[in-house]
Amino acid sequence: MYKFIIKRLLQLIPVIIGVTFIVFFIMNLAPGDPAAIILGDQATAEALAMKREELGLNDPLLIRYFNYMKGLLHGDMGTSYKNNIPVWNQVIDRLPNTAILAVAGIFIALLFGIPIGILSAKKQYSILDNVSMVAALIGVSMPNFWSGLLLVMLFSLTLGWLPSQGMGSGGFVPLLRSIILPSLTLGINSMAMVARMTRSSMLEVIRQDYISTAQAKGLDDHIITTQHMLRNALIPIITAVGLQFGHLLGGAMLAETVFSWPGLGRLMVDSIKSRDIPMVLGCVVFMATMFSIVNLIVDIVYAFVDPRIKSVYKKGN
Amino acid sequence: MSELLLEIKDLSIIYSTEDGLVKALNNASLQLHKGESLGLVGETGAGKTTLARGIMRLIPNPPGKIVGGEIFYEGKDLLKLKDKDMRKLRGQQISMIFQDPMTSLNPVMTAGDQIREVILAHNPGMSKKEGRKQAEDMLEMVGINASRYDNYPHQFSGGMKQRVVIAIALACNPSLLIADEPTTALDVTIQAQVLEMIHDLKEKNNTAMLLITHDLGVVAQNCDSVAIIYAGEIVEYGTLRQVYKKILHPYTEGLFGSVPSLDTTSKRLNAIDGMMPDPTQLPKGCKFADRCKYAEKRCQERNPELIELADGHKVRCIRYEHEGR
Repeated sequence: MYKFIIKRLLQLIPVIIGVTFIVFFIMNLAPGDPAAIILGDQATAEALAMKREELGLNDPLLIRYFNYMKGLLHGDMGTSYKNNIPVWNQVIDRLPNTAILAVAGIFIALLFGIPIGILSAKKQYSILDNVSMVAALIGVSMPNFWSGLLLVMLFSLTLGWLPSQGMGSGGFVPLLRSIILPSLTLGINSMAMVARMTRSSMLEVIRQDYISTAQAKGLDDHIITTQHMLRNALIPIITAVGLQFGHLLGGAMLAETVFSWPGLGRLMVDSIKSRDIPMVLGCVVFMATMFSIVNLIVDIVYAFVDPRIKSVYKKGN
Repeated sequence: MSELLLEIKDLSIIYSTEDGLVKALNNASLQLHKGESLGLVGETGAGKTTLARGIMRLIPNPPGKIVGGEIFYEGKDLLKLKDKDMRKLRGQQISMIFQDPMTSLNPVMTAGDQIREVILAHNPGMSKKEGRKQAEDMLEMVGINASRYDNYPHQFSGGMKQRVVIAIALACNPSLLIADEPTTALDVTIQAQVLEMIHDLKEKNNTAMLLITHDLGVVAQNCDSVAIIYAGEIVEYGTLRQVYKKILHPYTEGLFGSVPSLDTTSKRLNAIDGMMPDPTQLPKGCKFADRCKYAEKRCQERNPELIELADGHKVRCIRYEHEGR
């Protein structure tokens, strides 16, 4: 098991290299001169040239990538072009905010998605099933910047129940109040996805012979549902949740922008706009690492859900 | 004959499918006494499993539905019981062994816990520790070392899985065991072991058994009486001696004829020609008429009744109608 975890952590290295490589090149190939953006329209040609030299923009691309990676290995992610603050500090500042939001989003997705999926599967083709699956379809197809705006219109502007901006200040309750809308926005897609996944996975399990065995034992319905059906249906659901986490990080950029949530996503969007390459790279490295770690956790959770997978891990495959 | 345990009267079960109404079981009647073993023999799709699941009231609904008949278990009509009361009977009074041991155990639960589960479900108030002890005893009883309690199904062989399934079925000393082709998925040497074990355990507790199979040899070894089922109807029903010594129905004749023999040197097996009728469009007359070598014109016209001959041997064939009492 430990061997497996270490192996997976080592696999993180090529992932990070690949991701940074792609982002580094895209950012550098895009038109626009960072020096001009930093110094503004009024800058002289000399000043621009000096700034370029200072930023190392005159070196060939591969050398610059190599230098960046060398820094990254030493924990140095560079300094922001925009405000000269080290990237690391800013990213670390914002990371918890995005993490809270993502966890809240996943929580909402699981809290509603799994029960809806179970009910739909157990009452297949009933009105309840049809209604919730149509709702899930709508949920999956709704872009979250739009659903976010709708939620703001309803709960902030019309009803005035919840704040539409920021993280709230002064303790847990204001934070809770202001996280509801962004996490709901973020969670709707995942919730719909989880509900659909739970339903189809449950339907597959419901027809299995061991469910007949469980029924023939005279067990209570809720025990059959939780112990026998859900546990077996869980693997695809967990996989879906792990992948949804990636969507969530992507969605966070939009949701954080809509709700002025001071997270990594908004930092990244702002940095892309101002062509702040080190900052964008820093955000990407963190997000890629987060996504990989979440999926490692997913793989470890598999082992606890399904003993067959555990025995494969133990063999070290 | 000992006391009557189970009496099925005119049980009919249908499945509504997209292709139409499948009449899986039509007016089936059977009786089972305490400690008796009844073999239910028929080909695939004849309605054997439907009948078994019907007794357990585990017909998947939708698409299945019990549309008529009564099932008396110790005098109570099971079809009129509340769900809660039926649940109490399942696993405790009436147990079922399913066909394929590979898929009948929950893959994410230890074998021991799956046995304990049924014990605890029917003994409210029993501690988990006591339940575990009893489950371990059950494992030993079916010939599996108690130390394997915490193993998962994928760590057992097929034969051992079926032993675990049997342990689950017998954990609460049921009065009636329904075994739905318990050995079909096992290889021949293991088949014999498993059957012998079922036989011994059943003798020990005086459990009645409904053994579903398409193997006439298995029936001969394990059963007291036989019912032959064809296209959802019982076509011949009697004691082992009656049916094996004096075959009445042409279908039964065909079944026995298709058993390969060591004495004769035939190159091909004697199969019954033709196919079972489409269950969505059963013929009006005798269901077997199309394949029957004795068929007459009147066979197509009406379905014969199941008639009881003087010695209690029952058959559904027009040729014996004048002999019925």
